[in-house]
Amino acid sequence: MSFTPTQIDTAPPVSRSEQSTGRAGDKIFSGLSKGSGILLLVIMASIAAFLTYRAVLALSKNEGNFLTTFDWNASANPPVFGIAVLLFGTVVSSIIAMVIAVPVAVGIALFISHYAPRRLAGPLAYVVDLLAAVPSIIYGIWGALFLVPQLGGLNLWLDEYFGWTYVFDKTQVGVARSLFTVGILLAIMILPIVTSVSREVFRQVPRMNEEAALALGATRWEVVRMAVLPFGRSGVISASMLGLGRALGETMAVATVLSPSFLISLHVLNPGGGTFAQNIAAKFDEANEFGRDALIASGLVLFLLTLLVNGAARFIIARHKEFSGANA
Amino acid sequence: MSHVIQDRPVRSATPATLTRGGLPRWAPAGIAALSAALGCGIGLAADLHSKVQWGLLAAILFVLITYTASSVVENRRQAKDRVATSMVWVCFVLAVVPLLSLIWTTVSRGLKVLDAYFLTHSMKGVVGFQPGGGVYHALLGTIEQVLLATLIAAPIGLLTAVYLVEYGRGSLAKAVTFFVDVMTGIPSIVAGLFILTTWNLMLGFGPSGFAGSMALAILMMPVVVRSTEEMLKLVPNELREASLALGVPKWRTILKVVLPTAIGGIATGVMLAVARITGETAPIMLLVFGSQLINNNPFEGAQSSLPLYIWEQYKVGSADSYDRAWAAALVLIAFVMILNLVARGIARWKAPKTGR
Repeated sequence: MSFTPTQIDTAPPVSRSEQSTGRAGDKIFSGLSKGSGILLLVIMASIAAFLTYRAVLALSKNEGNFLTTFDWNASANPPVFGIAVLLFGTVVSSIIAMVIAVPVAVGIALFISHYAPRRLAGPLAYVVDLLAAVPSIIYGIWGALFLVPQLGGLNLWLDEYFGWTYVFDKTQVGVARSLFTVGILLAIMILPIVTSVSREVFRQVPRMNEEAALALGATRWEVVRMAVLPFGRSGVISASMLGLGRALGETMAVATVLSPSFLISLHVLNPGGGTFAQNIAAKFDEANEFGRDALIASGLVLFLLTLLVNGAARFIIARHKEFSGANA
Repeated sequence: MSHVIQDRPVRSATPATLTRGGLPRWAPAGIAALSAALGCGIGLAADLHSKVQWGLLAAILFVLITYTASSVVENRRQAKDRVATSMVWVCFVLAVVPLLSLIWTTVSRGLKVLDAYFLTHSMKGVVGFQPGGGVYHALLGTIEQVLLATLIAAPIGLLTAVYLVEYGRGSLAKAVTFFVDVMTGIPSIVAGLFILTTWNLMLGFGPSGFAGSMALAILMMPVVVRSTEEMLKLVPNELREASLALGVPKWRTILKVVLPTAIGGIATGVMLAVARITGETAPIMLLVFGSQLINNNPFEGAQSSLPLYIWEQYKVGSADSYDRAWAAALVLIAFVMILNLVARGIARWKAPKTGR
C-alpha cells in the first residue's frame, strides 16, 4: 500500500473551471435542458394569460351577471351567461365523489399495505393502477349505458327511506342521470390516484412504531388507528386533494351521464345540473365565436379552481418531505 | 436482558387460554359466503331489481355478522379488529367490482361487431343509426396524433427532467418542480381551450390533428418529466463520478452514462404517458373536430380519433351506434392495456441496478 504523493504534487496544476465549463457541448446541453424547464413555465403562464385575455373579451359583453346568472345563452344576442349552476354542479358532484372515494381508497390502500396476503399485494396494486389507465370516455359510456340503469333501484330506495334528509329527496321522475350518479362515477375514477398516493404514505410508516404497538398487544386495527393513520394523515389529505383536482376537471364521464339543465337544486337524485367541463363539451359545437369566448371564460374559472386545489395538495406534500407522495 | 429471561422460562400460562374463544380460521370466508347468499336472497325476496343493491346489502350484512359473531365469541377489541378487517376487504371488493364490470361490459358488448371489416373501414357513407361502418379512420387519427404529441412532449419532458436532476439548483428549479406538479392536474379540456385560443383563434388555423397533438403534448409533458426524474434519481452517483473522473464532460456523461442506465424506466414512463393521453377526448373534440372519412394528413383538415369516435357514436343513440361505440371502446382499451403491459414489462426487464 505504498504510493508517492510527491508525484501528484509535482504535476502541473490544471485549471478545473477552464476544462469543465469551457466546452461548447456542455453549454449547449445545459442551455437546452434549462430552456425546456423554462418552456414549461412559459406554457403554464401563457395558458393563464391567453385564457384570461379571451375571458375578458367575453365578460365585457355579457349582459347577465357572470357569477349569479342561471343561464348559458352566450351565442344569443345580447349574450347572457353565468357560471352559478356550473360552479354548483362541479363542486357538488366532486364533493359526492370525495365522500365516497376517500374512505374506500384509504381502505384499499390499507388493504394493499397492511392487510392483503403479501403474495397478493403486488398484483392487487397493479389491478388498482389499471383502473387509472381506463380512458374516461369508456367510464363515460359504461356509466351512461350500464351504471345509470343499475342505479335506478338504489335511487328509489334512497328516496323512500332517506327522502327526509332533503338531499336524497327525488322530486322529479326520470332515469338516474343526476349529480349523484355523476358523483359515484367520479368516485370510481379518482379511486386509483387517491389509493396509490395513500398507499405510498402508509408504506413509509416507521416499522418500529408498528412493531412497538404489536408488542404491547395491540390488535391489527389498533396498530392501524394509532400508528399508521396518524402518520399518514397529511398524505391522505393531499391524496384526496389530487383526486379532487381530477374530479373537478373531468369532462367526458360527466357529459355522457348527466342530462344537463340550468337549475340549482340540492336534490342530488334529480336529473339535471351541469359542470364546467361538461358545459364546454356540450355547448362547444353550437357556439359562435363569442360563445367560444364565453366557454373559455368558464374554462378559466375551472383552471383556477384546479390550480388552487392541486397547488394546495402539492404544498402539503412538499411540507412533509418524509414521504414521496409526489411521484404518483 | 435476554439471558435473564432464559434463566426463567415462563411456562405457567396454559396454552388453552390463549386460543379460547377464537373464531375458527375459516370464519371470514364462511361469513362472506353466508352474507352473499343472504344478500341475494333478500334481494330476490324483496324484489330489488338492481344488482348494486344486492351487493351493498351483502357487504353490510358481512360487516354486521362479523361484528356480532366476534363480539359474542371473542371480546370487543377483537370484534373491532375484525370489523376493520372486513371493512377493508369490502373496500377492496368495491374497487374491483366496477373494474371487472367495466371490462366485462366492454368485452362482451364490443365483440358483437368487432371484426376485420370494422378495423379496416371508415364511416364513409354509413348513416349513424344503421349497422356497418368501421373504426379505421379513427384508429389512424389516434395513432398519428399520439405519435406527434409524443414527438413534441418526450424530448421537452426528458430535457426538463435532466435539468431538474443534473443541473437544477436554486429558485428556478424549485419553480419548475412545483409547476410540473401542478401541471399534472390541468384538466384536459383546459389544455384544449388553450390551444384553441392560441392556435385556432389567434393564429387562425383550422381544426387539424396537429392542433390536438399540441394539447395532448401539454398533458403528456408533466407525466414524462415526473417519471423520468424519478428514474434519473435512481442512477447511482458512483457512475456519474466515475465518468467525470475520467475527464468526460458532463453532457457526454449524461448522454452516455446516465440516460442509458435509466433508459428502461424512461421508456416505461413515456409509454405510460402515451397510454394516458390516448384516451383523452375533450381536447380532441375541441381541436380535431371529428370526421367520418379517412384523413391521412394530421396537419390539414379534420380528423377523427378513437375516443372522439366513441363519443360521436354514443351521441347518435341507436342500438347499432352503441354497438360501434362499445367495439371502439374495446379497441381503445386493448390499445391502452397493451401499452401499459409492455411498459411495465420493460420496467421490470430493464430495472436500473440501484446498487443495493
